[in-house]
Amino acid sequence: MRQAHALRVGAVGFRIGSAWRAPVAAVRTLYEGYPTPADDIPDLTVRLYPERPWRRWLRPSVAIGGDYWLPDAAPLPLAQGLLAAEMGMNLQVALGWRRHLLLHCSAVERDGRVLLMSGASGSGKSTLATLLALSGWRFLGDEFAFVALSDGAIHPFPRAASLKNEAVAAVRAAGGVVGPVLEETPKGTIGYWRPPADAIARMAEPAPPRLLLFPRFGEAARVEAMAPSEAFVRLTQASTNYVALGEAGFSALSRLVQSVPALSIGYPDSGAGLALVERLWGEA
Amino acid sequence: MTSSDEGTAPVYAADPPAGRLAVPLDALVAVYHRRSGTTHLLASPSPELLDALADGPADAATLRARLAARYDLEGDGSAMIDARMEELMLAGLAWRA
Repeated sequence: MRQAHALRVGAVGFRIGSAWRAPVAAVRTLYEGYPTPADDIPDLTVRLYPERPWRRWLRPSVAIGGDYWLPDAAPLPLAQGLLAAEMGMNLQVALGWRRHLLLHCSAVERDGRVLLMSGASGSGKSTLATLLALSGWRFLGDEFAFVALSDGAIHPFPRAASLKNEAVAAVRAAGGVVGPVLEETPKGTIGYWRPPADAIARMAEPAPPRLLLFPRFGEAARVEAMAPSEAFVRLTQASTNYVALGEAGFSALSRLVQSVPALSIGYPDSGAGLALVERLWGEA
Repeated sequence: MTSSDEGTAPVYAADPPAGRLAVPLDALVAVYHRRSGTTHLLASPSPELLDALADGPADAATLRARLAARYDLEGDGSAMIDARMEELMLAGLAWRA
């Protein structure tokens, strides 16, 4: 790889190598001030390489690879190289990380306890986490919650939040700075929001969970209690490494759903969602 | 030839309780089966039936007697026990002795 950048996000040390300068320069800018991997040894490697050798020059197309890879990961145009790097970081964590139980959740912290929000793409979990971070919560991550196998604490993974479509305007309206913004990606418009300095400085500081929400954006406001067994099943499906962790994953997940209440919530827009989350947190 | 092939009641067996990790969540019990690495959510009386097999392989009538020693039971329940044991066998948590 001709270009490379190494950084640490939470517990994970990355090395991002690329055949082109632009994606690595974009990563370096977005993650300026992030620490380097512990002992300068990355845990996971992301490689961005030409789909065919000649495509480095001729209509460049970025394929994503690394220590772990999916055969059907589609290549992206070079202008979306930052998205390729971000997808590569997600993919390597999802497929390769074994030191924590990984849940596809956003996470924010207040008063030393963590709010987890689980949902598919479009549920609003990234937007809510970003808006909460803009109103005083500590941002732990918008994509993965790292659950400690030993004590169940949630470890931060404060990568840049990836905001899709209307979420870009919602975060800007709340005073957040979003950029760069990539148009017409396979996921629509994607804007990156850089976590506040406090979230980066405290990326090694875990906190215990207190509340688990399953948000659904675009629905009438509602709150429904979710049985621990249903939360358990949903989170096994929302985990990328539950099966690989075996009994350690089972113990961590069963402890989580026993220790915190789980609620399914609907909300029509970001403002209503924010108010609902604040109210439920106060009642938890 | 198994006992059922000879027209007698099927006899069931399961791993000892130490072969499973069971965590009651609500009405359902989460069970991790150590030998296969699989996770199951079981409703009563399935977890109790698995535990009742700790005393050795048993048919439905014997399982009922073992459960009756620990719980208040209503009715015969043998057909229900056979149905639950069939499900546990499909899940890989029990088998014909």
